[in-house]
Amino acid sequence: MSIASNASAGAPRIHLSQDMQQIIYRLLAAGLLCLALSLATDAFLTSNNILNVLRQASLLFFLASGLTLVILTGGLDLSVGANIGLSACLAATVIKATGSPILGTLTGLATGCVIGICNGLMVAKLRIPSFIATYGMLWVLHGITYYYMAGETIHGFPPGFRQIGSGHFLGIPIPVYLMVGFLVAGTVFAQRTVWGQQIYAIGANPVAARLTGIPIDRRLILVYAFSGAMAGVASIVFLARLNSAEGDIGEALTLPAIAAVLIGGASLFGGVGSVFGTFIGALILTLVLNGMNLLSVNANWQPLVTGVIVIFAVWLDMYGRRKA
Amino acid sequence: MTDHALSPSRPLRLPSVPGVAISLVGLVLLFAFSSPGFLSTGNLSNILVQSVILLLIALPMTLIIMTEGLDLSMGAVLTLASLVLALIIVSTQSLILGLLGALAVGLAFGFVNGSLVAVLGIPPFVATLGTLGAAQGLALIVSDGQSVVGIPRFVRQAYSGTVAGIPTPILIGIGFYALFHVLLYYTRFGTYIRALGGNRDALTLAGVRWRPILIAVYMLGGSMAGVAALLMTARMNAGHPTAAIGMEFDAIAAVALGGTSFEKGNGWIFGTLLGVLTVGVLRNGLNLMAIPSSVQVACIGALVIFALFIDGMRSHKS
Repeated sequence: MSIASNASAGAPRIHLSQDMQQIIYRLLAAGLLCLALSLATDAFLTSNNILNVLRQASLLFFLASGLTLVILTGGLDLSVGANIGLSACLAATVIKATGSPILGTLTGLATGCVIGICNGLMVAKLRIPSFIATYGMLWVLHGITYYYMAGETIHGFPPGFRQIGSGHFLGIPIPVYLMVGFLVAGTVFAQRTVWGQQIYAIGANPVAARLTGIPIDRRLILVYAFSGAMAGVASIVFLARLNSAEGDIGEALTLPAIAAVLIGGASLFGGVGSVFGTFIGALILTLVLNGMNLLSVNANWQPLVTGVIVIFAVWLDMYGRRKA
Repeated sequence: MTDHALSPSRPLRLPSVPGVAISLVGLVLLFAFSSPGFLSTGNLSNILVQSVILLLIALPMTLIIMTEGLDLSMGAVLTLASLVLALIIVSTQSLILGLLGALAVGLAFGFVNGSLVAVLGIPPFVATLGTLGAAQGLALIVSDGQSVVGIPRFVRQAYSGTVAGIPTPILIGIGFYALFHVLLYYTRFGTYIRALGGNRDALTLAGVRWRPILIAVYMLGGSMAGVAALLMTARMNAGHPTAAIGMEFDAIAAVALGGTSFEKGNGWIFGTLLGVLTVGVLRNGLNLMAIPSSVQVACIGALVIFALFIDGMRSHKS
């Protein structure tokens, strides 16, 4: 939690809260990464590529921002990738059947939200450890999606809908605007509202949180519902971008989403992290993957690199705590 | 669990009503009535043979979960090991070298997993999720996304051969079950494993260096993935870069169904055997009813959540 330490009178040094320092380190890392990439390849520092990076980061951010709230409570949601799969496929079906992008979008969001609520109920009411409950949910969702799609692809959506994923406004991709919107909303929610602070409190010290009278079960269900709904948002943007839906559409996104949150400085033990940190985390991870792409590293290396980054980020967090 | 208050000091508690046994019998009865071919000797032996690969990774998974750990990387490591095995066998025609390669892959990943958990203190589900990504990536890299074919005929014997009329996989399964049973209940290593989940502080106070033991548990898991890779490759007669993706879920399902707890380190290796058979029977029966594999996965997922719910209720009561 950021408590700005008051600079003692006469001290010329600017004091920064611990959170602020963490954010600045990460911004520096992102900056260095940009510098290294622009030196290594000409293709990096083009406006096309920068916009591309931002658009890719936005997709990751949608998923990771909801996940951040879950991780702030000390939980984990492994079902987000599979959630995208089912939400996108159902949304695609509705758009195809009714021709209405609005109904389709609502279907995607609602599907994501309902899945999230189920996760929340399992964690809060049935008291199943979150990583196992959402892992079980992952496979249930995979099963349903694969059965429902039966290997088919749904493609070809109305141009208006596709604007959400591939359109531009003032030269900047629409998903980037959405990302900024969710970034501001998420930050305000987490830092400036009672519910947001309660979420931090639950993760930082569950016992104290219960004793203070925070309705833990309801807040837990809320964060998992948020995480599910954000997966729904990601599924819509993804769908609009790809212009087609398949059963395995979000499968490869769970690990990167977790990586983005952890790179962003959130702790798996709860109570530490921020939506803005996750934004930078998503940016750094996208820069790494984009850089590998530009340096024509085989795409097969991406899961390996992401996996190593996840472990490294957690280790960094553990190391920092041990020193503190 | 009603006699909990009466005998608080019993170190090893068997579930008073093994729910997994009931569900196994229930499923067998259900499928016996619904699909006529189910109870044939051929099909029953088929179930056993097909369950062996799952058993080989569910056994060490039980030990890992008993230490309050988890290994999500096991399916991916199994896949990578089977690719390495296939590549070595294809190029050297030597089963021994291939098996050694697969074991080396498993042991290396086990060592990394164990070190991340025991030495760096990273929560196991995230550490092994990271190594899952690494193993999956390596599997794509070594195979370049292609299947490895051209496995010599003799390798197939490991899966389809028989000894004295009994299929080889079943003998392998029985052998490893016995090994793990002895390991868990009759050795000091087993006692430490049981203490690692739920009472780690006692080990520290007793002066036991538990970190190497915990690493060894994960390495045991990795090496079993190596052994399972041999059967898997022999069964498919090829190495495939997505062959065992998600198999860790079946293993975790079997362990959870078997009544091993994720939080207190209470485990029951025979329960895991029953859990493996339950998953095997469920998949086989649903296959006979021509229910697609995707729905089978969803059924197993639902079953696991249910089993955990029961587990949570029990630990909540006590």
